[in-house]
Amino acid sequence: MASEKRVVFRSAWLPWVLVAPQAAVIGAFFFWPAAQALLQSFQQSDAFGTSTEWVGLENFQRLFADDTYVASFKTTAVFSVLVAGLGLSLSLLLAVFADRVVRGALVYRTLLIWPYAVAPAVAGVLWLFMFAPSIGIVSYALRAFGIDWNHLLNSEHAMTLIVLAAVWKQISYNFLFFLAGLQSIPRSLIEAAAIDGARPWRRFWTIQFPLLSPTTFFLFVINVVYAFFDTFAIVDAATQGGPGKDTAILVYKVYYDGFKALDLGGSAAQSVVLMGIVIALTVIQFRFVEKKVSY
Amino acid sequence: MVERRPTLGILAHVVLILGVLIVAFPLYVTFVASTQTANEILQAPMSLVPGSHLVENYVAALKGTGMGAASNAPVGRMMFISLVTALVIALGKIAISLLSAFAIVYFRFPFRMAVFWAIFVTLMLPVEVRIGPTYQVVSDFGMLNTYAGLTVPLIASATATFLFRQFFLTVPDELAEAARIDGAGPMRFFLDVLVPLSATSCAALFVIQFIYGWNQYLWPLLVTTDESMYPVVIGIKRMISGGDAATDWNIVMATAILAMLPPAVVVLLMQRWFVKGLVDTEK
Repeated sequence: MASEKRVVFRSAWLPWVLVAPQAAVIGAFFFWPAAQALLQSFQQSDAFGTSTEWVGLENFQRLFADDTYVASFKTTAVFSVLVAGLGLSLSLLLAVFADRVVRGALVYRTLLIWPYAVAPAVAGVLWLFMFAPSIGIVSYALRAFGIDWNHLLNSEHAMTLIVLAAVWKQISYNFLFFLAGLQSIPRSLIEAAAIDGARPWRRFWTIQFPLLSPTTFFLFVINVVYAFFDTFAIVDAATQGGPGKDTAILVYKVYYDGFKALDLGGSAAQSVVLMGIVIALTVIQFRFVEKKVSY
Repeated sequence: MVERRPTLGILAHVVLILGVLIVAFPLYVTFVASTQTANEILQAPMSLVPGSHLVENYVAALKGTGMGAASNAPVGRMMFISLVTALVIALGKIAISLLSAFAIVYFRFPFRMAVFWAIFVTLMLPVEVRIGPTYQVVSDFGMLNTYAGLTVPLIASATATFLFRQFFLTVPDELAEAARIDGAGPMRFFLDVLVPLSATSCAALFVIQFIYGWNQYLWPLLVTTDESMYPVVIGIKRMISGGDAATDWNIVMATAILAMLPPAVVVLLMQRWFVKGLVDTEK
């Protein structure tokens, strides 16, 4: 595909007018605040914001010496691995079977994609309600199996709750991509393997799964980004980072330290660390997209 | 289907039906809870048969006449705010992305590639990583608790700009040539040729961005402190902050159903564009 037009219009001012709205928004609400975050991460201000002093890398040193921050890293890692792993495997399973089904395929797709439309915060509230220790219908059922569910006290329960809500919310998205990926694999490949005597299980592992690996990798990155950033609402609605700080993922901690504990320097330093993570993930994604084009 | 294997076919349906049931179960529980009285829900286990208070609960939620301990704001108002916010974000994103993509593809101007990359880099600055300073900017502009504060900071869109850029690059040069020979200026060409050609991309983007706008949480949480400016997604969270016992779960669940209805309707009605939009914007 050509990346340049041969035919262009000529005007010294019109293109600037056209990009002005976008430029104004990204200047005021993206670059300026990001630069501020970077500046603040090297500063220390008192609680009233009346005086600031330059402290160099002290905020970062303090951050990594802080056990709760290191713990928050671990929490985020466990959470994202669980969300991405469970979300990808469940939706792959559903997509593989949906790809086999001829009759009713559209009905299944329609019934499976609607959680995409549910706000993460609402998903958090729904799951919170089902698992509420005293009145929840699932926690009642769990008691029959001898499990005394209480995510307000038990941090493993709290983690399970937010993972379930996050996976539930993301399944539809992964499912759509897996299904599209499976349907783009040429039928002739699968037919040839079937003629050679490969049974469905073997065909899946030797043909479909390898051809699906670019999609899987793409979805893995997207799911990690989702677990890092878009699940803030689920955490805030379902556990508020508790019990203690055991479900406080990194984004939640930035919010909490900046807006509740008013530690601006520390919060800004955390933002800068997060920005580094986003840049890394974006680069990985972009590399993949490039590869995908020549693939 | 490559071969006929009745057992595998049945297994496929069983797995899919199980999947659908698991995905739908939370919705069903929510709906049932929204038809019962607050006391019925508190009797564990709550009945899984719909109760008789459907209309009362929804009216109470919409008008804000529930007995809520934590928040009693009318959900009708919140739905309106969410609707305006989602529409402004979706349409605003499409409009400014169309304009900047047009400028980048059809004009040669200094720093063209710098502008292009500046837009691209915003992908790496999600609101979550710059909440403090962005809040500061919005508050300095006096945009707290306003529609502008809720929408403008979210209107820039790198992905939409890229989508339109890619699309414009596939538009044949002859069209622009013909427009020029006919004496049409660039804006004429943009409005009469490019925009109509982009209609399907716009529809697809609209679905995705409407849902994005409707479901925003962190940003409205920061910029709205006044109950009368809460979008419904924030309102529902405020309703449950009083703890288990003080929460009117029937009203909360009615609100949850109301909050997910508009985006669900958009997805179901526009499923074809929605799928296209997802695959186009993300890949």
